[in-house]
Order: sequence, then C-alpha cells, then structure tokens
Amino acid sequence: MSARVLVGVKRVIDYAVKIRVRPDHTGVVTDGVKHSMNPFCEIAVEEAVRLKEKKLVKEIVAVSCGPQQVQETIRTALAMGADRGIHVEVSGKDYDALGPLQVSKIMAALAKKEEADLIILGKQAIDDDCNQTGQMTAALLDWPQGTFASELTLEGGMLKVVREIDGGLETIKIKMPAVVTADLRLNTPRYATLPNIMKAKKKKIANVKPADLGVDVTSRLEVLKVDEPPQRQAGVKVETVEDLVVKLKEAGRI
Amino acid sequence: MGIFQRLAGRPLKSMCIWSLWSRHSSALTAVGRVTSDRALIVTSCQLTQHRYVHRGGLGASPSNPGAAPPRLPFSRVTHDDLAFFRTLLPGRTITDPDLLKSSNVDWLKTVEGNSEVLLRPKTTEEVSQILRYCNERHLAVCPQGGNTGLVGGSVPVFDEIILSTSLMNQVMTFDNISGILTCQAGCVLENLSLYLEERDFIMPLDLGAKGSCHIGGNVSTNAGGLRLLRYGSLRGTVLGLEVVLADGRVLNCLATLRKDNTGYDLKQLFIGSEGTLGVITAVSILCPRKPKAVNVAFLGCSSFQQLLETFQCCRGMLGEILSAFEFLDASCMNLLEKHLKLTNPITECPFYIVIETAGSNSAHDEEKLHNFLEEVMTSSLVTDGTVATEATKIKALWSLRERVTEALTHEGYTYKYDISLPVEKIYDLVEDMRRHLGDMAKNVVGYGHVGDGNLHLNITSPSKDPALLTAIEPYVYEWTARWKGSISAEHGLGLKKRNYIYYSKPSEAVALMGSIKAMLDPKGILNPYKTLPDNIH
Repeated sequence: MSARVLVGVKRVIDYAVKIRVRPDHTGVVTDGVKHSMNPFCEIAVEEAVRLKEKKLVKEIVAVSCGPQQVQETIRTALAMGADRGIHVEVSGKDYDALGPLQVSKIMAALAKKEEADLIILGKQAIDDDCNQTGQMTAALLDWPQGTFASELTLEGGMLKVVREIDGGLETIKIKMPAVVTADLRLNTPRYATLPNIMKAKKKKIANVKPADLGVDVTSRLEVLKVDEPPQRQAGVKVETVEDLVVKLKEAGRI
Repeated sequence: MGIFQRLAGRPLKSMCIWSLWSRHSSALTAVGRVTSDRALIVTSCQLTQHRYVHRGGLGASPSNPGAAPPRLPFSRVTHDDLAFFRTLLPGRTITDPDLLKSSNVDWLKTVEGNSEVLLRPKTTEEVSQILRYCNERHLAVCPQGGNTGLVGGSVPVFDEIILSTSLMNQVMTFDNISGILTCQAGCVLENLSLYLEERDFIMPLDLGAKGSCHIGGNVSTNAGGLRLLRYGSLRGTVLGLEVVLADGRVLNCLATLRKDNTGYDLKQLFIGSEGTLGVITAVSILCPRKPKAVNVAFLGCSSFQQLLETFQCCRGMLGEILSAFEFLDASCMNLLEKHLKLTNPITECPFYIVIETAGSNSAHDEEKLHNFLEEVMTSSLVTDGTVATEATKIKALWSLRERVTEALTHEGYTYKYDISLPVEKIYDLVEDMRRHLGDMAKNVVGYGHVGDGNLHLNITSPSKDPALLTAIEPYVYEWTARWKGSISAEHGLGLKKRNYIYYSKPSEAVALMGSIKAMLDPKGILNPYKTLPDNIH
C-alpha cells in the first residue's frame, strides 16, 4: 500500500498539571507550565505507526499548529515513528485564538497538498475538549469520517472502524480517503525509545505559514471570560440524627 | 528475663550462642530446665528442637532468630488504666478489637501483636502524660506512625499499648527563605510534599510508602529512600526534634538553625533509634527548592558491569543534576508484568536503570541528559532506553521501580533483605543466592538504590518455608559481613533483625547502645523487643 497518513498533534498543558486561571480571567496560565502532547494525539500517532509496521501505510507526516515550542511535540511524534513533520507557524494573539475551524481548514489544505489518503486525529484536546476538528476536517474535504475509533482495520481500499458510542459499539465501513479520530481504547501508545529519539533528531520538520496554504486564521469567536469552577464546599459532619434534621432545615431542604 | 540475660557479662568465648548458631556447626538442644550455664554449651551437632524450653515459652531460636522473646514482666492494662486514658484522650482511646486489628499487624502481614489499647494523642503534652503514666505503671508502649516498616518494628509483639501519631498531623511553621519546615510527627510524607510543592519546595526524602508513612516514623527509622543520592540522609536534613522521653519529660530541641554547635547533638541519638529511646513528637527539617526541570530516563543494560560503568558515566556527565539512580533486574520486571500488568517500556534486558535528574533550567538539563544518553548508547553501555519529561510519563516510569515491593507480595511469602555492600559486589550476592538456593526458592530478585550501594534482595516462596529460611539465614548475613557490609542498610532492625546486629557492629558498640538505652529508658517500656539484641554481650 502506498498510503500517506497525516497525523495532527497538539501541544497542550500536561494532563497531570494543576490548572490555574490567569488573574485577568482571559485564559489559563501557560508560562513555565509543563506542556506535552495531547494524550489522544499520542494514540493517533501510535495507530499510524502500527499501520506502517503492518506495511499498510508508507509514510507518516506529523502536523502541529502553533509557535516555536510545538516543534518539541512534533519531535515526540517523530521519535514514536513518524517520518517527517510539518510545523504550521501560528503565534501570539493568533495562537491564543486558534480553534478547531481554523485548524481543520489547515489540515484540509495540507491533506490536499500532501496528497494524504488518511488523516488520523485525536478525538478531542484535553484543554478545550472541543471534539470538532476531525469532523470539520472531513466536512471541508467531503471525506467520510470514523470518529471515536476504538478499532481500525484496513480492508482493500476500505476502512473498518469500530466506534464507541453511547449505546455501545458501532462498526462502520468507510471508503478512503477518510478522517479517523482516535478514542482512548484504540491502543496504548509506545514509549519513544532512545535509538528512535536519536534518529528523530535527523528527521525533517518543514515550516509553513497558514497564508501559504490559503487559510485565514482570524477567529470568529471571542473569549469573554475564563473562570475557575465553583469551589467545592466542605461537608459538615453531625453527631446525631437530631443535628442532621436541624441542619437540613437550616439549608431549606426540608 | 531470659537465658540471654543470665549469660550477659560472660566472656565471649564461653557462651557464644549466636556464633554457634551462625556457624551451623553445632546447635543447642533444648535442655529442659536450665540448671547451669555450662549445660547450655552443647557438644551435640544436631538441632533437635526449634524452641527453647524455658519458663515463659517461645523464644528466638536458631532457625528463627527474628521470633519474639518471651514476654517481659510489664504490667497488664487494667480498667483503671483505661479510665485514665479515656479521661486524658476522650474518644481517642480505642479498644474495639476490629479497629485495633490493622494496627496490630505490619504492612507485610508477617508479624501480629495483640494490643488491646490504641491511643491517639493530638499534642505533645498528651504524649508526655501518656508516657509518664505508663512509666509509673510499668506499661509497655509501641509508638506507631504509618505502620509501613518492613522489619516488624512498628507493631506490638504482645500487649504493648499502641501510641499512634495519626492525629498529630499539623504543620507548625514554614519559612520560605530558609526552606525550614516544622511539623508534628504524624504528618503523612505525601501531604508534606504537597504542602511544600505549592510553595515551590520539596521534601528532602521520597519513598514508595509516602502515601502512608509519617515523618516521625521516617525520622525514628532514619529512612533513606529514592532521593538520598541527591539530598543526603535525614541525619543531615533534620535540624531539630521534639522528643518525649520514657518518663514523660519533653525534650525540646526543635531548633530551626542550619548551624548550631552548642553541646552534644542529642537529636542524632533519636534519629534511627526506632522508637526505643524516645517518642518523636515534632520535627524541623530543611527542605530543598522544587526543581524546575525533572527528567527521568529508563535504561536497559546487558550486564551489571555495564550498569556500573553507566553509573560512572552518569556521575561524570550529569553530576550536579543527578537526583536518583536506581536499578531493578529482569526478574523484577517479570513480576511487575505478571502481577501488576505493567508494561516494559523498552526491550527485555537483564538490568534496568531508573535515572532522575532535577535542575533549575530545563534546556540545560535536557542538553546534559541527551549528551549523556548519546554517549552511553554509542558506546553500547546501554542497549535500550526511553526518556520522559511529562509528569504522567515520569510517574509511569517511576512506578516500575516503586511498585516492585508490591508486586513481590503477590508471590506468596517474601523474605526481604536490605543490604549495604561495596557497589561492585551488589549483584554478586543475588547471583550467589540463586546458586545457593537452587529450586528451594520460587524467585530471587535484586533491586534498589545502587547509587547508594544499597541492595534490596528478595526471595519469594509460595508460602512460609522454614527450610528455605534456614538456607538463607545466616548465609546472607555472613556473606554481607565478609564484605564489611550492613545487614540492614535503611530498613532498620525492628523485631526481625535485632539479633543480627553483631554482623555489622562490634560488641563494644552494641554494649554502649545498651547502656544508653538503660539510661534513657530504665524500665524498658519504649518499643521493647526491638532494635537491640536479646542478648547484649
């Protein structure tokens, strides 16, 4: 198979870090905070690498949109087994306002330029939880989509996708080229081993600007305010049933 | 009162019971009633019984020197005693057997006492009153922190009153310029870490038991842990202690000074004394700044020699940012995969290393680390490896080292040995034990703080096996003594290893320890049957 896969990887605040809201309530604190690859994007990269190991796919291209630092994220993808990377430079205010619609326009443009046969994305990012980029990309390209994939198999020129839905599992068959978004149980991402980390240093990362792809990254959304969720109040322990009744009455519950 | 005490003071030659046992050359047969000391020095070479027949019952024996000696003649708890405790600690005097159960058994589930009283003081004053009363009443006390000790030192042997620090969990002060923290002894280590991390500091020690262990317990056992390589031992980082002595006197040496050379340094006596010289009620400790950049590398080596060379290279190239250097062998990895379903992040290798770096500048550290990794990979000292900079991955890699102890518990019964040896000899002991034990043991694994010269040797068996124990001990201790190692690097002596102290300390030292114990706790009520041998000669 001579398929080329495009994998989108997003640089997000690390899953284990405690998030703090900026004092001006315009966003969260990102300076000096540990960032890493979005866990669902890791799963997407892992799936692409497995397809390549099965020789069903010829080349994996890792893509990330953002400032200079996203190159680290692309390098991680390269260390896991991607062949080359594309860094779409977006920085400053444009980066703060970058959302699924602009990213999907960029992915669609790149898919056409690179002649990709398959796009694998994480189902959602853990910072905005949008769950929109995969779906929008497929719509812009007019390609079929297999979202929330927990199992992916290539059969002929068709993709069999087992999807996790509310009622259970749904199996669909879609034609390539297609967009697939990775869900948690699709696979367990590998650790990048040292030999591969060393090799990744030599792999190429191309730089490209959104304008070069004919994409306008102005956002049509404006963030008004970012707040922390309401603090959870401590519970109160009472000694007797009578105290419990009194407290419930005080709270207006009975 | 025991045979051992009666023989105390005899010249070494004529009553070397322990040395007789240790050479396996002759052993003592039970003689029924002890009529004369000389009758104990036996010519028979056959061990016919495993217990001393002696008024009082069971005692430590050649095949089980860790077993408890007969109960010493302490008073037993009476209703009047309970009334006193209940008045002093209302609602915090526990006598319910179900609640007492977990405090009577150690974490490894190998030692069980039958205490009927658990006390939970909140303040030093309460601890003082408890000990003053117990001292007057001749009641034995077992101080207990998180009960995570591995040598049976944290649980009662008989009916000692359990003195728990679980409610003494307040942080007292923290100075964020000097990094000096003072807190009560019952603070859980992980909670202190979280408290400090919010203020950009960390605790100078870290161990697998952090979610349960109390800082008081850590100090009284001089716990080592995973960061000792970088921050040193508690003997350096503890600046002051508040201790309640056996008669209730409160010794307030809770200084928060980095330098104080005024008189003898009493706190050093209590650090590592395992609750036998006094009960620690508060600690002041020097905390390092939280590193801005932490990286963990997990490497695989094909021989122990290469592991050692990797260590030297690591010291040279990572030096000042190195904060941990741990190892585990292939057997450990098998157990982690088999019992805990953890995955090996790299290819199968005979030895695995966990290296942690901690520094103030992530770019510098990554460069140093990558140079080091390139060096060890190209020179083939290391056959495979992976690196992590994100918190979740770092936790995952550390769990491969931290959870070995847990994986071992699933094997059945584990015989644990915590040995300090010259670094080059560490794995020789593991290989030698494998040869020596052959099929008798289910698994013989080695892991530990190789950077500190500390091996955790573990031998597993489907169930408790006295024949296996006889094959292991005292062979392992003799081996250790031959290389001038320590038979307990960081776990302490507790109940299980108290009688092995002579393998690592000369008799003059142990005799002096006995004198100090007698001076500070004349009635012997603090954690009896622990730390010092039954027979001090």
